[in-house]
Amino acid sequence: MTIRHHVSDELLLAYAAGTLEEGWRLAVATHLALCPDCRKRLSLMEDAGGQLLEEIVPEPAMATSFERLRQRVLEKSAPVRPASAAARPAAPARAAAPVLPEPLRSYVGGDVETLKWKSLGRGAYHIPIRTDDGTTMVRLLRIPAGKPVPEHGHGGRELTLVLSGSFHDGETLFARGDLEEADASVQHQPVATPGEDCICLAVTDAPLKFRSWLVRLVQPVLGI
Amino acid sequence: TARELTKDEARALLEAVGRDRDMAAFEALFRHYGPRIKAYMARLARDGSVAEELMQETMIAVWNKAAQFEPGRGNVSTWIFTIARNLRIDAYRKTRRPDFDPNDPAFVPDDSPPADAAVEERQEAERLRNAMAVLPEEQLELLRLSFFNDCSHSSIAERLNLPLGTVKSRIRLAFAKLRTALEDGQ
Ligand SMILES: [Zn+2]
Ligand SMILES: [Zn+2]
Repeated sequence: MTIRHHVSDELLLAYAAGTLEEGWRLAVATHLALCPDCRKRLSLMEDAGGQLLEEIVPEPAMATSFERLRQRVLEKSAPVRPASAAARPAAPARAAAPVLPEPLRSYVGGDVETLKWKSLGRGAYHIPIRTDDGTTMVRLLRIPAGKPVPEHGHGGRELTLVLSGSFHDGETLFARGDLEEADASVQHQPVATPGEDCICLAVTDAPLKFRSWLVRLVQPVLGI
Repeated sequence: TARELTKDEARALLEAVGRDRDMAAFEALFRHYGPRIKAYMARLARDGSVAEELMQETMIAVWNKAAQFEPGRGNVSTWIFTIARNLRIDAYRKTRRPDFDPNDPAFVPDDSPPADAAVEERQEAERLRNAMAVLPEEQLELLRLSFFNDCSHSSIAERLNLPLGTVKSRIRLAFAKLRTALEDGQ
Protein backbone atom coordinates (compact mmCIF):
# COMPACT_ATOMS: atom_id res chain seq x y z
CA MET A 1 0.00 0.00 0.00
CA THR A 2 1.41 3.35 -0.99
CA ILE A 3 -0.15 6.41 0.54
CA ARG A 4 0.21 9.48 -1.65
CA HIS A 5 -1.76 12.12 0.19
CA HIS A 6 -0.57 12.93 3.67
CA VAL A 7 -1.30 15.17 6.63
CA SER A 8 -0.07 18.72 6.04
CA ASP A 9 2.66 20.14 8.29
CA GLU A 10 0.31 22.60 9.97
CA LEU A 11 -2.29 19.94 10.76
CA LEU A 12 0.34 17.50 12.02
CA LEU A 13 1.90 20.22 14.15
CA ALA A 14 -1.47 20.92 15.76
CA TYR A 15 -1.74 17.19 16.50
CA ALA A 16 1.79 17.12 17.98
CA ALA A 17 1.07 20.19 20.08
CA GLY A 18 -2.25 18.76 21.30
CA THR A 19 -4.33 21.65 19.99
CA LEU A 20 -6.46 19.75 17.49
CA GLU A 21 -10.16 19.36 18.28
CA GLU A 22 -11.43 15.80 18.72
CA GLY A 23 -13.05 15.46 15.28
CA TRP A 24 -9.98 16.50 13.27
CA ARG A 25 -7.80 14.55 15.65
CA LEU A 26 -9.76 11.36 14.93
CA ALA A 27 -9.07 11.69 11.20
CA VAL A 28 -5.37 12.49 11.69
CA ALA A 29 -4.87 9.67 14.24
CA THR A 30 -6.54 7.17 11.88
CA HIS A 31 -4.28 8.28 9.01
CA LEU A 32 -1.28 7.90 11.34
CA ALA A 33 -2.31 4.31 12.11
CA LEU A 34 -1.97 3.56 8.39
CA CYS A 35 1.04 5.75 7.57
CA PRO A 36 4.56 5.11 8.94
CA ASP A 37 5.85 8.14 6.98
CA CYS A 38 3.64 10.57 8.85
CA ARG A 39 4.45 8.88 12.17
CA LYS A 40 8.10 9.61 11.43
CA ARG A 41 7.24 13.25 10.71
CA LEU A 42 5.22 13.32 13.93
CA SER A 43 8.17 12.11 15.99
CA LEU A 44 10.35 14.87 14.58
CA MET A 45 7.73 17.40 15.66
CA GLU A 46 7.49 15.86 19.12
CA ASP A 47 11.27 16.01 19.36
CA ALA A 48 11.01 19.71 18.54
CA GLY A 49 8.40 20.05 21.31
CA GLY A 50 10.76 18.30 23.74
CA GLN A 51 13.61 20.59 22.74
CA LEU A 52 11.41 23.68 23.29
CA LEU A 53 10.50 22.30 26.71
CA GLU A 54 14.23 22.15 27.52
CA GLU A 55 14.57 25.80 26.54
CA ILE A 56 11.45 27.18 28.22
CA VAL A 57 11.98 29.75 30.99
CA PRO A 58 11.48 27.60 34.11
CA GLU A 59 8.83 28.41 36.69
CA PRO A 60 10.10 27.60 40.22
CA ALA A 61 8.25 24.75 41.90
CA MET A 62 6.84 25.28 45.39
CA ALA A 63 9.37 24.85 48.18
CA THR A 64 7.65 21.71 49.46
CA SER A 65 7.05 20.36 45.98
CA PHE A 66 9.52 17.50 45.88
CA GLU A 67 8.75 16.34 49.42
CA ARG A 68 5.08 16.16 48.49
CA LEU A 69 5.89 14.34 45.27
CA ARG A 70 8.07 11.84 47.12
CA GLN A 71 5.24 11.10 49.56
CA ARG A 72 2.77 10.69 46.75
CA VAL A 73 4.80 8.23 44.68
CA LEU A 74 5.72 6.18 47.75
CA GLU A 75 2.16 6.06 49.09
CA LYS A 76 0.50 4.43 46.17
CA SER A 77 3.14 2.11 44.85
CA ALA A 78 1.87 2.40 41.33
CA PRO A 79 0.19 -0.63 39.82
CA VAL A 80 1.79 -1.16 36.44
CA ARG A 81 -1.07 -0.77 34.03
CA PRO A 82 -1.11 -3.24 31.16
CA ALA A 83 -1.32 -1.63 27.72
CA SER A 84 -4.87 -0.74 26.77
CA ALA A 85 -6.50 -4.04 25.92
CA ALA A 86 -9.87 -3.87 27.63
CA ALA A 87 -13.01 -1.92 26.75
CA ARG A 88 -12.83 -1.89 23.01
CA PRO A 89 -14.47 -3.99 20.32
CA ALA A 90 -12.26 -6.97 19.62
CA ALA A 91 -10.83 -7.35 16.14
CA PRO A 92 -12.89 -9.83 14.12
CA ALA A 93 -11.66 -13.41 14.42
CA ARG A 94 -10.37 -13.82 10.88
CA ALA A 95 -7.03 -13.71 9.16
CA ALA A 96 -7.50 -10.35 7.46
CA ALA A 97 -6.89 -7.16 9.41
CA PRO A 98 -9.93 -4.98 10.11
CA VAL A 99 -10.80 -2.37 7.49
CA LEU A 100 -11.25 0.31 10.13
CA PRO A 101 -8.11 0.88 12.21
CA GLU A 102 -8.05 2.22 15.75
CA PRO A 103 -8.99 4.75 16.97
CA LEU A 104 -11.79 4.88 14.39
CA ARG A 105 -13.09 1.34 14.99
CA SER A 106 -13.86 2.10 18.63
CA TYR A 107 -15.61 5.32 17.66
CA VAL A 108 -18.04 3.54 15.31
CA GLY A 109 -18.33 0.48 17.55
CA GLY A 110 -17.02 -2.20 15.22
CA ASP A 111 -15.61 -3.00 11.81
CA VAL A 112 -17.35 -2.38 8.48
CA GLU A 113 -19.51 -5.51 8.26
CA THR A 114 -21.28 -4.76 11.55
CA LEU A 115 -22.21 -1.17 10.69
CA LYS A 116 -25.76 0.17 10.46
CA TRP A 117 -25.72 2.53 7.49
CA LYS A 118 -28.30 5.27 7.06
CA SER A 119 -29.42 6.16 3.57
CA LEU A 120 -28.60 9.58 2.16
CA GLY A 121 -30.49 8.80 -1.06
CA ARG A 122 -29.12 7.90 -4.50
CA GLY A 123 -27.36 4.85 -3.12
CA ALA A 124 -25.14 6.77 -0.72
CA TYR A 125 -25.05 5.99 3.01
CA HIS A 126 -23.57 7.50 6.10
CA ILE A 127 -23.05 6.92 9.80
CA PRO A 128 -22.76 10.02 11.98
CA ILE A 129 -20.02 9.69 14.61
CA ARG A 130 -20.48 11.45 17.91
CA THR A 131 -17.71 13.62 19.29
CA ASP A 132 -17.74 16.07 22.18
CA ASP A 133 -15.84 18.98 20.69
CA GLY A 134 -18.93 20.83 19.49
CA THR A 135 -17.07 22.28 16.51
CA THR A 136 -16.76 19.40 14.08
CA MET A 137 -19.14 17.10 12.28
CA VAL A 138 -17.80 13.60 11.76
CA ARG A 139 -19.22 10.77 9.73
CA LEU A 140 -18.44 7.63 7.82
CA LEU A 141 -19.60 7.90 4.19
CA ARG A 142 -20.26 5.09 1.73
CA ILE A 143 -20.37 6.27 -1.86
CA PRO A 144 -21.68 3.81 -4.46
CA ALA A 145 -19.12 2.69 -7.06
CA GLY A 146 -18.87 5.15 -9.95
CA LYS A 147 -21.13 7.75 -8.30
CA PRO A 148 -20.34 11.26 -7.07
CA VAL A 149 -20.34 12.27 -3.42
CA PRO A 150 -23.73 13.84 -2.57
CA GLU A 151 -23.75 17.61 -2.80
CA HIS A 152 -22.31 19.05 0.35
CA GLY A 153 -21.10 22.47 1.29
CA HIS A 154 -18.27 23.06 3.68
CA GLY A 155 -17.92 26.41 5.33
CA GLY A 156 -14.39 25.72 6.48
CA ARG A 157 -11.95 22.86 6.55
CA GLU A 158 -12.86 19.38 5.35
CA LEU A 159 -10.83 16.22 5.86
CA THR A 160 -11.63 13.05 3.93
CA LEU A 161 -9.78 9.83 4.74
CA VAL A 162 -10.28 6.86 2.41
CA LEU A 163 -10.70 3.51 4.18
CA SER A 164 -11.79 1.26 1.34
CA GLY A 165 -12.31 1.64 -2.40
CA SER A 166 -11.14 4.92 -3.88
CA PHE A 167 -12.37 8.17 -5.39
CA HIS A 168 -11.22 10.71 -7.94
CA ASP A 169 -11.27 14.40 -7.24
CA GLY A 170 -10.65 15.81 -10.69
CA GLU A 171 -7.50 14.10 -11.94
CA THR A 172 -6.33 13.08 -8.51
CA LEU A 173 -6.91 9.58 -7.14
CA PHE A 174 -7.44 8.98 -3.43
CA ALA A 175 -7.15 5.38 -2.19
CA ARG A 176 -6.94 3.62 1.19
CA GLY A 177 -5.04 5.73 3.70
CA ASP A 178 -5.04 8.87 1.55
CA LEU A 179 -6.17 12.02 3.27
CA GLU A 180 -7.71 14.89 1.33
CA GLU A 181 -7.53 18.25 3.05
CA ALA A 182 -9.81 20.92 1.60
CA ASP A 183 -10.69 24.38 2.83
CA ALA A 184 -13.59 26.69 2.12
CA SER A 185 -12.00 27.91 -1.12
CA VAL A 186 -12.08 24.43 -2.66
CA GLN A 187 -14.97 23.57 -4.94
CA HIS A 188 -14.99 19.90 -5.74
CA GLN A 189 -17.09 16.94 -6.68
CA PRO A 190 -15.34 13.71 -5.68
CA VAL A 191 -16.47 10.62 -7.63
CA ALA A 192 -16.11 7.04 -6.39
CA THR A 193 -14.04 4.81 -8.66
CA PRO A 194 -16.17 2.24 -10.54
CA GLY A 195 -16.02 -1.35 -9.36
CA GLU A 196 -16.15 -0.87 -5.61
CA ASP A 197 -18.04 1.31 -3.13
CA CYS A 198 -15.86 3.88 -1.46
CA ILE A 199 -15.92 4.13 2.34
CA CYS A 200 -14.35 7.21 3.84
CA LEU A 201 -14.25 9.21 7.03
CA ALA A 202 -15.35 12.81 6.50
CA VAL A 203 -14.80 15.60 9.01
CA THR A 204 -16.12 19.11 8.47
CA ASP A 205 -16.74 22.18 10.57
CA ALA A 206 -19.92 21.65 12.55
CA PRO A 207 -23.17 23.35 11.60
CA LEU A 208 -22.79 25.83 14.43
CA LYS A 209 -19.70 27.24 12.71
CA PHE A 210 -21.85 28.64 9.93
CA ARG A 211 -22.43 32.32 10.41
CA SER A 212 -25.17 33.08 7.95
CA TRP A 213 -28.72 32.92 9.38
CA LEU A 214 -29.88 31.76 5.98
CA VAL A 215 -27.59 28.74 6.08
CA ARG A 216 -28.79 27.95 9.59
CA LEU A 217 -32.36 28.15 8.40
CA VAL A 218 -31.94 25.59 5.63
CA GLN A 219 -29.52 23.30 7.46
CA PRO A 220 -32.17 20.98 8.89
CA VAL A 221 -33.52 20.55 5.37
CA LEU A 222 -30.11 19.75 3.92
CA GLY A 223 -29.27 17.51 6.83
CA ILE A 224 -25.75 18.87 7.20
CA THR B 1 19.43 26.49 38.99
CA ALA B 2 22.20 23.98 38.77
CA ARG B 3 24.05 23.23 35.56
CA GLU B 4 22.21 21.71 32.63
CA LEU B 5 21.46 18.04 32.30
CA THR B 6 22.91 16.33 29.23
CA LYS B 7 20.75 13.97 27.19
CA ASP B 8 22.82 10.98 28.30
CA GLU B 9 22.55 11.97 31.95
CA ALA B 10 18.79 12.39 31.67
CA ARG B 11 18.55 8.97 30.05
CA ALA B 12 20.64 7.33 32.78
CA LEU B 13 18.54 8.97 35.50
CA LEU B 14 15.26 7.84 33.94
CA GLU B 15 16.60 4.30 33.56
CA ALA B 16 17.59 4.28 37.22
CA VAL B 17 14.07 5.36 38.18
CA GLY B 18 12.50 2.67 36.01
CA ARG B 19 14.86 -0.13 37.01
CA ASP B 20 15.71 0.61 40.64
CA ARG B 21 12.98 3.06 41.75
CA ASP B 22 15.94 5.31 42.52
CA MET B 23 14.63 8.30 44.49
CA ALA B 24 17.81 10.38 44.13
CA ALA B 25 17.65 9.97 40.36
CA PHE B 26 13.98 10.94 40.45
CA GLU B 27 14.82 14.06 42.42
CA ALA B 28 17.51 15.04 39.90
CA LEU B 29 14.95 14.67 37.09
CA PHE B 30 12.47 16.70 39.10
CA ARG B 31 14.98 19.51 39.72
CA HIS B 32 15.53 19.81 35.98
CA TYR B 33 12.12 19.08 34.47
CA GLY B 34 9.69 20.06 37.24
CA PRO B 35 10.09 23.85 36.78
CA ARG B 36 10.02 23.45 32.99
CA ILE B 37 6.82 21.39 33.07
CA LYS B 38 5.32 23.91 35.47
CA ALA B 39 6.16 26.75 33.07
CA TYR B 40 4.56 24.74 30.23
CA MET B 41 1.41 24.17 32.29
CA ALA B 42 1.36 27.81 33.42
CA ARG B 43 0.89 28.94 29.82
CA LEU B 44 -2.72 27.79 30.15
CA ALA B 45 -3.38 27.84 33.87
CA ARG B 46 -4.12 31.30 35.26
CA ASP B 47 -3.83 29.91 38.75
CA GLY B 48 -0.28 28.94 39.75
CA SER B 49 -1.49 26.13 41.96
CA VAL B 50 -3.14 24.48 38.95
CA ALA B 51 0.17 24.55 37.07
CA GLU B 52 1.90 23.12 40.15
CA GLU B 53 -0.68 20.34 40.40
CA LEU B 54 -0.42 19.41 36.69
CA MET B 55 3.36 19.37 37.03
CA GLN B 56 3.05 16.98 39.99
CA GLU B 57 0.71 14.76 37.99
CA THR B 58 3.21 14.70 35.14
CA MET B 59 6.09 13.76 37.44
CA ILE B 60 3.99 11.01 39.02
CA ALA B 61 3.34 9.64 35.53
CA VAL B 62 7.09 9.83 34.85
CA TRP B 63 7.71 7.75 37.99
CA ASN B 64 4.99 5.25 37.08
CA LYS B 65 5.96 4.83 33.44
CA ALA B 66 9.74 5.09 33.72
CA ALA B 67 10.19 1.35 33.16
CA GLN B 68 8.41 1.63 29.80
CA PHE B 69 10.93 4.15 28.46
CA GLU B 70 13.07 2.55 25.79
CA PRO B 71 16.47 4.17 26.16
CA GLY B 72 17.52 3.19 22.64
CA ARG B 73 14.48 4.72 21.04
CA GLY B 74 13.73 8.07 22.41
CA ASN B 75 15.05 11.06 24.13
CA VAL B 76 13.92 11.95 27.59
CA SER B 77 12.75 15.49 26.85
CA THR B 78 10.47 14.24 24.05
CA TRP B 79 9.11 11.49 26.25
CA ILE B 80 8.36 13.86 29.11
CA PHE B 81 6.93 16.47 26.75
CA THR B 82 4.40 13.97 25.34
CA ILE B 83 3.32 12.90 28.85
CA ALA B 84 2.84 16.54 29.92
CA ARG B 85 1.04 17.39 26.68
CA ASN B 86 -1.43 14.51 27.04
CA LEU B 87 -2.16 15.46 30.65
CA ARG B 88 -2.71 19.04 29.58
CA ILE B 89 -5.13 18.02 26.83
CA ASP B 90 -7.06 15.83 29.28
CA ALA B 91 -7.19 18.62 31.86
CA TYR B 92 -8.41 21.33 29.50
CA ARG B 93 -10.54 19.56 26.93
CA LYS B 94 -13.71 17.82 27.88
CA THR B 95 -13.38 15.40 25.00
CA ARG B 96 -11.77 12.08 24.29
CA ARG B 97 -8.23 12.08 22.90
CA PRO B 98 -8.22 9.65 19.95
CA ASP B 99 -4.81 8.15 19.23
CA PHE B 100 -3.41 5.37 17.07
CA ASP B 101 -2.68 2.02 18.67
CA PRO B 102 0.48 0.13 17.63
CA ASN B 103 -1.06 -3.12 18.93
CA ASP B 104 -4.11 -2.89 16.68
CA PRO B 105 -4.16 -5.58 13.93
CA ALA B 106 -5.01 -2.88 11.35
CA PHE B 107 -2.00 -0.76 12.36
CA VAL B 108 0.55 -0.55 9.51
CA PRO B 109 4.03 -0.99 10.99
CA ASP B 110 7.12 0.68 9.63
CA ASP B 111 8.91 -1.97 7.55
CA SER B 112 12.07 0.01 6.93
CA PRO B 113 14.96 -1.68 8.78
CA PRO B 114 15.77 -0.03 12.11
CA ALA B 115 19.11 1.73 12.08
CA ASP B 116 21.50 1.41 15.00
CA ALA B 117 18.82 3.03 17.08
CA ALA B 118 20.77 4.16 20.13
CA VAL B 119 23.63 5.80 18.24
CA GLU B 120 21.28 7.19 15.62
CA GLU B 121 18.97 8.66 18.23
CA ARG B 122 21.81 10.42 19.97
CA GLN B 123 23.12 11.97 16.78
CA GLU B 124 19.65 13.01 15.66
CA ALA B 125 18.90 14.72 18.94
CA GLU B 126 22.15 16.64 18.62
CA ARG B 127 21.47 17.63 15.00
CA LEU B 128 17.91 18.67 15.81
CA ARG B 129 19.12 20.87 18.65
CA ASN B 130 21.69 22.55 16.41
CA ALA B 131 19.17 23.05 13.61
CA MET B 132 16.65 24.60 16.00
CA ALA B 133 19.31 26.93 17.35
CA VAL B 134 19.71 28.51 13.91
CA LEU B 135 16.02 28.68 12.91
CA PRO B 136 14.95 32.25 12.17
CA GLU B 137 13.32 33.79 15.24
CA GLU B 138 10.01 34.31 13.39
CA GLN B 139 9.76 30.57 12.73
CA LEU B 140 10.85 29.60 16.23
CA GLU B 141 8.27 31.97 17.69
CA LEU B 142 5.53 30.22 15.71
CA LEU B 143 6.66 26.84 17.00
CA ARG B 144 6.64 28.11 20.58
CA LEU B 145 3.15 29.54 20.18
CA SER B 146 1.92 26.32 18.60
CA PHE B 147 3.37 24.08 21.28
CA PHE B 148 2.82 26.17 24.37
CA ASN B 149 -0.27 28.34 23.94
CA ASP B 150 -3.25 26.19 23.22
CA CYS B 151 -4.44 28.10 20.16
CA SER B 152 -5.20 27.35 16.54
CA HIS B 153 -3.03 28.59 13.70
CA SER B 154 -5.72 31.02 12.67
CA SER B 155 -5.75 32.61 16.13
CA ILE B 156 -1.93 32.75 16.05
CA ALA B 157 -2.24 34.54 12.70
CA GLU B 158 -4.67 37.05 14.24
CA ARG B 159 -2.48 37.59 17.25
CA LEU B 160 0.65 38.21 15.17
CA ASN B 161 -1.34 40.20 12.63
CA LEU B 162 -0.22 37.93 9.80
CA PRO B 163 -2.18 36.28 7.00
CA LEU B 164 -2.97 32.63 7.80
CA GLY B 165 -1.08 31.63 4.65
CA THR B 166 2.10 33.20 6.02
CA VAL B 167 1.75 31.30 9.29
CA LYS B 168 1.32 28.03 7.40
CA SER B 169 4.25 28.67 5.08
CA ARG B 170 6.55 29.55 7.99
CA ILE B 171 5.60 26.30 9.68
CA ARG B 172 6.35 24.39 6.49
CA LEU B 173 9.68 26.18 6.09
CA ALA B 174 10.69 25.47 9.67
CA PHE B 175 10.03 21.73 9.38
CA ALA B 176 11.59 21.54 5.93
CA LYS B 177 14.79 22.92 7.49
CA LEU B 178 14.68 20.55 10.44
CA ARG B 179 14.08 17.55 8.18
CA THR B 180 16.94 18.58 5.89
CA ALA B 181 19.26 19.00 8.85
CA LEU B 182 18.51 15.44 9.99
CA GLU B 183 18.85 13.96 6.51
CA ASP B 184 22.14 15.75 5.82
CA GLY B 185 23.72 14.08 8.78
CA GLN B 186 23.07 10.54 7.52
ZN1 LIG C 1 0.87 10.08 5.77
ZN1 LIG D 1 -15.92 18.59 0.14
